[in-house]
Amino acid sequence: MPHSYPALSAEQKKELSDIALRIVAPGKGILAADESVGSMAKRLSQIGVENTEENRRLYRQVLFSADDRVKKCIGGVIFFHETLYQKDDSGVPFVRTIQDKGIVVGIKVDKGVVPLAGTDGETTTQGLDGLSERCAQYKKDGADFAKWRCVLKISERTPSALAILENANVLARYASICQQNGIVPIVEPEILPDGDHDLKRCQYVTEKVLAAVYKALSDHHVYLEGTLLKPNMVTPGHACPIKYSPEEIAMATVTALRRTVPPAVPGVTFLSGGQSEEEASLNLNAINRCPLPRPWALTFSYGRALQASALNAWRGQQDNAEAATEEFIKRAEVNGLAAQGKYEGSGEDGGAAAQSLYIANHAY
Amino acid sequence: MAHQFPALTSEQKKELSEIAQRIVANGKGILAADESVGTMGNRLQRIKVENTEENRRQFREMLFTVDNSINQSIGGVILFHETLYQKDSQGKLFRNILKEKGIVVGIKLDQGGAPLAGTNKETTIQGLDGLSERCAQYKKDGADFGKWRAVLRIDNHCPSNLAIQENANALACYASICQQNGLVPIVEPEVLPDGDHDMEHCQYVTEKVLAAVYKALNDHHVYLEGTLLKPNMVTAGHACTKKYMPEQVAMATVTALHRTVPAAVPGICFLSGGMSEEDATLNLNAINLCPLPKPWKLSFSYGRALQASALAAWGGKAANKRATQEAFMKRAVANCQAAKGQYVHSGSSGAASTQSLFTASYTY
Repeated sequence: MPHSYPALSAEQKKELSDIALRIVAPGKGILAADESVGSMAKRLSQIGVENTEENRRLYRQVLFSADDRVKKCIGGVIFFHETLYQKDDSGVPFVRTIQDKGIVVGIKVDKGVVPLAGTDGETTTQGLDGLSERCAQYKKDGADFAKWRCVLKISERTPSALAILENANVLARYASICQQNGIVPIVEPEILPDGDHDLKRCQYVTEKVLAAVYKALSDHHVYLEGTLLKPNMVTPGHACPIKYSPEEIAMATVTALRRTVPPAVPGVTFLSGGQSEEEASLNLNAINRCPLPRPWALTFSYGRALQASALNAWRGQQDNAEAATEEFIKRAEVNGLAAQGKYEGSGEDGGAAAQSLYIANHAY
Repeated sequence: MAHQFPALTSEQKKELSEIAQRIVANGKGILAADESVGTMGNRLQRIKVENTEENRRQFREMLFTVDNSINQSIGGVILFHETLYQKDSQGKLFRNILKEKGIVVGIKLDQGGAPLAGTNKETTIQGLDGLSERCAQYKKDGADFGKWRAVLRIDNHCPSNLAIQENANALACYASICQQNGLVPIVEPEVLPDGDHDMEHCQYVTEKVLAAVYKALNDHHVYLEGTLLKPNMVTAGHACTKKYMPEQVAMATVTALHRTVPAAVPGICFLSGGMSEEDATLNLNAINLCPLPKPWKLSFSYGRALQASALAAWGGKAANKRATQEAFMKRAVANCQAAKGQYVHSGSSGAASTQSLFTASYTY
């Protein structure tokens, strides 16, 4: 316990910290384009497109062919394994296209959830076996950051102490292994929005989960300056009858983070969960206007909230590709503004009126 | 675990958070005048003054009756039990004198160390028995904050897992009880400077200790916005042959805090340990000039480093009152400047020249 056997050299730390800062540079966030084959099946079936490798390639091409306008609002793209080795129509690897735009390439490394026996349907996440070798290879193949998603849910008896502890531990193991291989780990402890719980309950659970995550990261000697956090925003459950404003969501979210996430963490990149594109942008904007001091970058790592309109515009037709790409660029720019608290919304009253809606934080 | 039973109401939280902020507002810090009878004995013996209640009263009177402008530098004073009920020579209660100056009154609550069997001479701290009733009484008698000092040491196999967990847990119990009674708990996990270890080792240990402390505070549902932290600065052991500059101490200290102390904590008031008055001020100044983001106030809670000169000037003689008060005021003002990064001591060229002495944090 009291002896220090440095996990990383000064050079390794600098490399990790530089990568993390590049991803969350002011006004930039992450495009989560790492949907597994199974997840892509759901997205594509919604627009009546067959789930083939070619269609997945064509769809990602729509996103990655965005022009230089995305350079100022996208700092990183998370890839799925298959996509990391795919090329565009002219034979240029997607990885190179993204890197040439000055965007950092990331890779999803977890292997999905598995049940925790003896719990009320809770899970942990697998993928640690051979992870070091996989990370080393991904690093050679162009990835500089990784992502691993753990899942917790709120119900009468969950999340249980075991679920919190186990998921925090597995996240810390993954993070440690990534850093050994020069890869910045994005730590994602998602608390699902399913349920009828209110905002306060989500805040309480989020604080408990994040405290456990950061204790585990400390225990595993993870270098916080070379990590990013991808949490849920603090929101009510989907079935909760009470409606909350973006300012209330912002206040609860920032309060929870201030109580648990050490300032050494360079950036917090929120997941969008089930939020609509506009909701995800408005909430992120309110978060960045929250009057509480915020020592980390607060930005996005959005999947659906960046792609929903693009997917809909594309519908599998090459003729629609350009229009679809425009939809994506539009959401990317909006979220880039939201990450600076500069998004004026789609026409409704802007910042000034909303400021007064922030309630003092001792109410949280 | 998944259910929330609020420990404090909004009003209670507001009161605690306001007290904490008042203590560390505008560069103000704390005078730790809570030396126990035994410890005062050590101090008085050095200036050849007998350790009687009257002598202890007289010295404290000198400190507390300085000019009102002391309230620009001192936001809080920690008292020992006896002192809370003592009066000045006109019969006025010390605690009222301090309150009238706008200074918050605090009280030492722990009851000293007790050995942890099976360890290498490590200890935990006593004082939890009847603590709630004692806190309630002290609150009635004018105290608004409490202080509890846990001690860890660096040595072979120290600090052990048990010492870290047990002291963190005791601190969290104490903090929770304080808050229930309207007292802001100052949380003091002191890592002693005894030993020949280098600064890097102290940093490693301090990070582990603080991570455990904040996990324990979270587990005990302590409201961080209504607490203050009183840690050691990160320094080499007293017997370490390597010498470090204030900028190195500052970088190591702020890095350690950065990695462990949530932004919700309003203030960090360093203990001075065995540091000289000037070193304690220079180090605090360098800490406030450190280029890392500092979301909490970084101030002082000094005993010896505020009183050493005053004690020497007094020598037990009432005739030396003016010299005593001037010596104390001088240190208070110097430390207040240091808490704003504005201290310029004779011979130095100010902030500009020191900036270049800060090495980048990834080497820590």
